[in-house]
Amino acid sequence: MEDNTVLEDLELVYEKPHTLSDTAFHYCPGCGHGVAHRLIMEVVEEMGIEEQTIGVAPVGCSVFAYHYMMVDMQEAAHGRACAVATGIRRLLPEKYVFTYQGDGDLAAIGTAETIHTVNRGENIAIFFINNAIYGMTGGQMAPTTLCHQITSTSPYGREVEAMGHPLKMTDLVAHLPGAYYVTRQAVHTPNAVRKCKKAIRNAFEYQKLHKGTSFVEIVSNCPSGWRVNPADSIKWLEDNMLPMYPLGDLKVPGKN
Amino acid sequence: MEKRELKPREVKLMKGNEALAEAAIRAGMDGYFGYPITPQSEILEYLTVEVPHRSGVVLQAESEVAAINMIYGAAGAGGRVMTTSSSPGISLMQEGLSYIASAELPCLLANINRGGPGLGTIQPSQGDYFQAVKGGGHGDYRLIVLAPASVQEMADFVFLGFELAEKYRNPAMILADGALGQMMEKVDLRAEGSLPKTVPPWATTGKPKERGPNVITSLHIQSEKMEEINLHLQAKYKTIMENEVRYEEYQIEDAEYILVAYGLSARIVRKTVDLAREKGIKAGLLRPQTLFPFPYERINQLAGHAKAFLDVEMNSGQMVEDVRLAVNGKTEVFFKGRMGGIIPTPEEILEVLEQIEEKSAALQD
Repeated sequence: MEDNTVLEDLELVYEKPHTLSDTAFHYCPGCGHGVAHRLIMEVVEEMGIEEQTIGVAPVGCSVFAYHYMMVDMQEAAHGRACAVATGIRRLLPEKYVFTYQGDGDLAAIGTAETIHTVNRGENIAIFFINNAIYGMTGGQMAPTTLCHQITSTSPYGREVEAMGHPLKMTDLVAHLPGAYYVTRQAVHTPNAVRKCKKAIRNAFEYQKLHKGTSFVEIVSNCPSGWRVNPADSIKWLEDNMLPMYPLGDLKVPGKN
Repeated sequence: MEKRELKPREVKLMKGNEALAEAAIRAGMDGYFGYPITPQSEILEYLTVEVPHRSGVVLQAESEVAAINMIYGAAGAGGRVMTTSSSPGISLMQEGLSYIASAELPCLLANINRGGPGLGTIQPSQGDYFQAVKGGGHGDYRLIVLAPASVQEMADFVFLGFELAEKYRNPAMILADGALGQMMEKVDLRAEGSLPKTVPPWATTGKPKERGPNVITSLHIQSEKMEEINLHLQAKYKTIMENEVRYEEYQIEDAEYILVAYGLSARIVRKTVDLAREKGIKAGLLRPQTLFPFPYERINQLAGHAKAFLDVEMNSGQMVEDVRLAVNGKTEVFFKGRMGGIIPTPEEILEVLEQIEEKSAALQD
């Protein structure tokens, strides 16, 4: 409380966007979801489009995204966010529609919906949070789980002969003609956060053009699922995640 | 958008599936999301021809799973929306339906029932009564289920279905069968634009400054809250049961033997009633038009002075369980059914009725 009193005398130079609620995030320390939520809501505020934006929350750790994002939201069944977003956007073609999905939601149970939504070129933004694990259910193997990565359902490490390979959904959708903008970003360093925000801004801006789907993968930390502390999770992400999921644009309008 | 003339009331000769599709456009449908499956693909085909130059959105989804979730999104966005399928496809939609019922999203479905289980047959069946009436998906929920028995009702129940779905914020289903979908009959189509429409205040259309965010969800992690939602749903279903029961009666006034049948079976039973009357058997037909809510009260009333009931279905005996609940032991309830896509003949039902009558007469002697 005393700290706040001191702060009152200082010039306010940075605050949270009003599109983000006052509800405390339920996410674990070091998790990337909080940053990703904030970036999306900052962009919505900066573009002044909160009255025209409808979000779709997934099933997974971010199932309560609508507790934090102060725009109209729909909670989809596991994996079905892209279909739900299609329904919304087809009825309200001038609105901004986005989905926010984890790797289990988007790349396992929702693979068909994801691919066909992008293939139709639905004018929506898909934000794909990839932390290579099922966080909500307690750290089980995801389609994006790395080779030899230990999870609660790959306790001896992911053996590709039995459990398949890490699925690079972003590379896959980049090949689809309906995809207009495809990029892979992260939120583990200040520089990555800045780049990620720019990508999120692009994904919203491109919806105005009615030219196809914007797909933004955000490689994210899951210290709890990876069984490392938040500080070490940054190094873990750089050492393990980024070689498999390198950051950068996969499809940029006018360049591909 | 270009101003377009609305279609006036018209009388046409149409297939059941086409009449249903045409009625949906006339009822002001904003969106249709569907997937091809026999014997109902004409609905999607008809709409892909008509909708682009009339009104609304039509989209062929990648699966029934996607279609029902598109319905969820579009209904949540405040649209008047419909999907249709046949048995295996409707099975795939059960997950989405449970979410839609819980989130209280109005929408209309049609199941043009074919023979099952499994991939089954494309021939007509009533094997999906349990699935439609008793839930189908997970959790305690109900659909409003309408059972047409003619091409006319295939069209009329589209209007009724949308009306009830929106009145109660509940999914409604037209439960027909392959024969009703494929047969051609005269149909008197209502004028387009005759069903009033408003954007509901709870819809996610983008949050204006004056209100907080609208959220469409079925997730209530606290048990107390989830029970509260359940109690609210159950209270709604009770109101529907009190106010929306619909049925048709034929030769029921002096009937000693009451036949109960819905949909296509009821058309056949109607003929059986005529044949029985010719033979001096006082038979009558009660045809539920709503399967949920079910006409329990009326059947219980009739059970007081009927000698016996005969329930006829194109399945192994599903609605007969509700008939027995309604009769509540007051008199005997018999069942005659055919399965696998076989349509019973009026004569084979009459044979069963005659056996019941003989047995009943013997008991009274």
